[in-house]
Amino acid sequence: MTGILLEARDIGKRFGGVQALKDVSLTINSGEIYGLIGPNGAGKTTLFNVFTGLYPRDSGEVQFAGKALDLASPHAVAAAGIARTFQNIRLFANMTALENVMVGRHVRTRAGVFGAILRTRAERTEEAAIRRRADELLHYVGIADRADDLARHLSYGDQRRLEIARALATDPQLLALDEPAAGMNATETGALRDLIEGLRRDGLTVLLIEHDVKLVMGLCDRVAVLDYGEKIAEDVPEAVRANPKVIEAYLGTGAA
Amino acid sequence: MDILLQQIINGLTTGSVYAVVALGYTMVYGVIQLINFAHGEVVMIGAMVAFSIITSLAGSSLPPLVIVLAGVMAAVPACMVIGYLLERAAYRPLRHAPRLAPLITAIGMSIVLQHLALLAWGRNPLAFPQIIDNRVFAVGGAAISSVQIAIILLSLTMMGGLSWFVYRTRFGIAIRASAENVHVAGLMGVNADRVIAATFVIGAGLGAVAGVMYGSYYGIAHYTMGFSLGLKAFSAAVLGGIGNIAGAMLGGILLGLVEALGTGYVGDLTNLCAWPGAQGWLAAQCADGGHFVLFGSNYQDVFAFLMLILVLVFRPSGLLGERVSERA
Amino acid sequence: MMNMAMREKLGLALIAVALVALPFVLASAGTAWVRITNFAVLFVLLSLGLNIVVGFAGLLDLGYVAFYAVGAYVYALLASPHFGLHLPFWVILPLGAAVACLAGVILGAPTLRLRGDYLAIVTLGFGEIVRIFMNNLSAPVNLTNGPKGISRIDSFQIGPVNFAGSDTFAGLVFSGPIKYYYLLMLVLLAVIVVNRRLQDSRIGRAWVAIREDEIAAKASGINTRNIKLLAFAMGASFGGIAGGMFAAIQGFVSPESFVLNESIMVLAMVVLGGMGNIWGVIAGAMLLSFVPELLRYTVEPAQRALFGKLLVDPEVLRMLVFGAALVLTMRFRPAGLWPETRHRREMNENRA
Repeated sequence: MTGILLEARDIGKRFGGVQALKDVSLTINSGEIYGLIGPNGAGKTTLFNVFTGLYPRDSGEVQFAGKALDLASPHAVAAAGIARTFQNIRLFANMTALENVMVGRHVRTRAGVFGAILRTRAERTEEAAIRRRADELLHYVGIADRADDLARHLSYGDQRRLEIARALATDPQLLALDEPAAGMNATETGALRDLIEGLRRDGLTVLLIEHDVKLVMGLCDRVAVLDYGEKIAEDVPEAVRANPKVIEAYLGTGAA
Repeated sequence: MDILLQQIINGLTTGSVYAVVALGYTMVYGVIQLINFAHGEVVMIGAMVAFSIITSLAGSSLPPLVIVLAGVMAAVPACMVIGYLLERAAYRPLRHAPRLAPLITAIGMSIVLQHLALLAWGRNPLAFPQIIDNRVFAVGGAAISSVQIAIILLSLTMMGGLSWFVYRTRFGIAIRASAENVHVAGLMGVNADRVIAATFVIGAGLGAVAGVMYGSYYGIAHYTMGFSLGLKAFSAAVLGGIGNIAGAMLGGILLGLVEALGTGYVGDLTNLCAWPGAQGWLAAQCADGGHFVLFGSNYQDVFAFLMLILVLVFRPSGLLGERVSERA
Repeated sequence: MMNMAMREKLGLALIAVALVALPFVLASAGTAWVRITNFAVLFVLLSLGLNIVVGFAGLLDLGYVAFYAVGAYVYALLASPHFGLHLPFWVILPLGAAVACLAGVILGAPTLRLRGDYLAIVTLGFGEIVRIFMNNLSAPVNLTNGPKGISRIDSFQIGPVNFAGSDTFAGLVFSGPIKYYYLLMLVLLAVIVVNRRLQDSRIGRAWVAIREDEIAAKASGINTRNIKLLAFAMGASFGGIAGGMFAAIQGFVSPESFVLNESIMVLAMVVLGGMGNIWGVIAGAMLLSFVPELLRYTVEPAQRALFGKLLVDPEVLRMLVFGAALVLTMRFRPAGLWPETRHRREMNENRA
């Protein structure tokens, strides 16, 4: 599938007296890796939280896969096909790695209380499928050997991978990663880069917030730059890098 | 008698006590987001200590006001020590534990304190000795007693004093800064441990006085009195916006009024015989000036909880609060 | 060496035999002990219900006894001379569960979107409201008979077997309490199976996910409000069933049986045993159920021997034990005496 996957129009968000997002519009094409960068406090994570339904927006619309996205509830966003990770990893600490991923299957499965109590055939089949899929995903992100460990006992890098596996379990069309390389060393960042490129090869669209400009420029097809809640550029990496407004935002007034 | 005015006077009296107790909840919640369930029990212990002292001095030749003052002077430091120990021994070790842990501890401490009080003072209520000549004044068709006047004035004074302390002193500013953001306040040189302990101690001290006031208003103190008083005061704090000091005062007074007016009028309002169009079986019940009252004044304790639930449903941040639901 | 599965089966069989023989052993020491055991099992049922809410979903419900009360009063009203109704228990028990479930939904729907600690206080208030209504709904129409409560409640009847009297079968005397014991065991077994199955299901995982991190659970596609409501409703239903059985066994209900302290007791059982772990909760409930009896038989005589009179009422001591259990467990063993299996598995691995 090609064409526009997500189209956001005039997203506005205000916290008290602070205009965190000001009429931000952007389009993400199917199958691309779309980078979102900007100085600290530029509104990247806020935009993320609006897209994924965690913050109510003040204005604007989001079209996703040709339909208006219901931004009122995060679970509806997940059901529509957007999955995310968090800047400060949020796992289910006292569940095993496998269980974390199994939770991700929730939105694509149906068994209810009575199915579970009666252990109906449908429930057992579904449960087996959930487990199989979760296992596959742990293999996919490369931490299958930690399946039965509690999430909180995983190493930092593995926790990032587990969070991605859990997000993938919701069968997303768009995977939104909030600073996945934060706190990683060079080797781990390299491995993460390979993982994200693999995701694209497998047909996933990726929205990437990242501080590591090198990673973004090397990985993304297109990059948008936020500054003080406004989009100041959206283009291929080379063009963004040369954009004087971007340079000014990053280096301060007068540096350009 | 003017029932409306009378209920307003009664409501203002209990409401100002609720407000003072609510301050204890709201200050602690403001700084560490903990519902200190045991606060109601601290208030109860304040009343018990004061009543014991007052009873033992009642036979002496001291002037009544001095006796009451002695009771309060004993109750306040006693409760402050309990408040401090609560924070130090029960809550501080759990400051970084999951959210549920300190809450469960608070419930446990409340049960422990209540039953320790039962051991110390027994099952029977302590009566306030008849030492004060409680004069009653007539105001526009209603009555107000000197005890009511004293309660209202004392409460207002304490609320004023606390406001001055919190808004005008260095330490008060540290408390407010910690309520905004305890980590940032820490970076600015505020000693968070001291601030947190102080909120417990101040809250407990105010609570002790409130306990004495409440007890003397109803004439008795009992080891179970802390439970419903605490619950109501907490409702008042939520009504005003938990964490907000002015909100607790407003919420307390409002809750007192709602409760008094509700109790005063619910019987009349739910008397189906007073409604037009009573027919058949109901009409037979109403014949000869009969009544068919669905809910009478015995539902007094329900009003606070209903108010609490309504506030949480329609305006969870309370009347003056800003903070809403969970932080993302 | 026997393999694990074999050994486990043998162990379970031994436990089953012991549980079947237990009431007769207890009866030889006095029927009172059978009755005490029955009430302990009722508390196990309650704890398992509350465990769904507090242990699995992490929602602190302090008014749990209200659902117990609803179940008990539904039974009492429909099977006693109070209204002259005598419906069979297999009609009333599910009805009581349904009414309790409805009460849970009505209470939960508006409050579950709020922060967890608000839920605690609202449920606390709700428990009080239910008690106040039970106390006062004797006028203008006598629904609950007020503080006097409802007495002469029907006992269970299955075919010709009435649970109030004794029957002799194969030379053994089955007294009323012994029959209730077996019935309670059957219900307990069913409740354990239901709990286990829920725990290992899509819904159970969603509950735990919400307990662990509500925001991450939302972002992972869980409709947290509905799933929390489900936990609340399930817990309430269990409370309703336990309440119905309580009414039948006791033959009498009054508001006094449903005070806040009862909610705290059940909470202490869940917390001490190990929130979220079914076996831990059962052990915690049994342990704390027998504490009062233990105190009665030790503390009371000891005090009389030492001081010649009763200084500390065992009843008070019991509540002190419950309160202290909550505080000390949170301080020193927050996961309870018997933590959730996941933790244990983890600890075993570390040791290996």
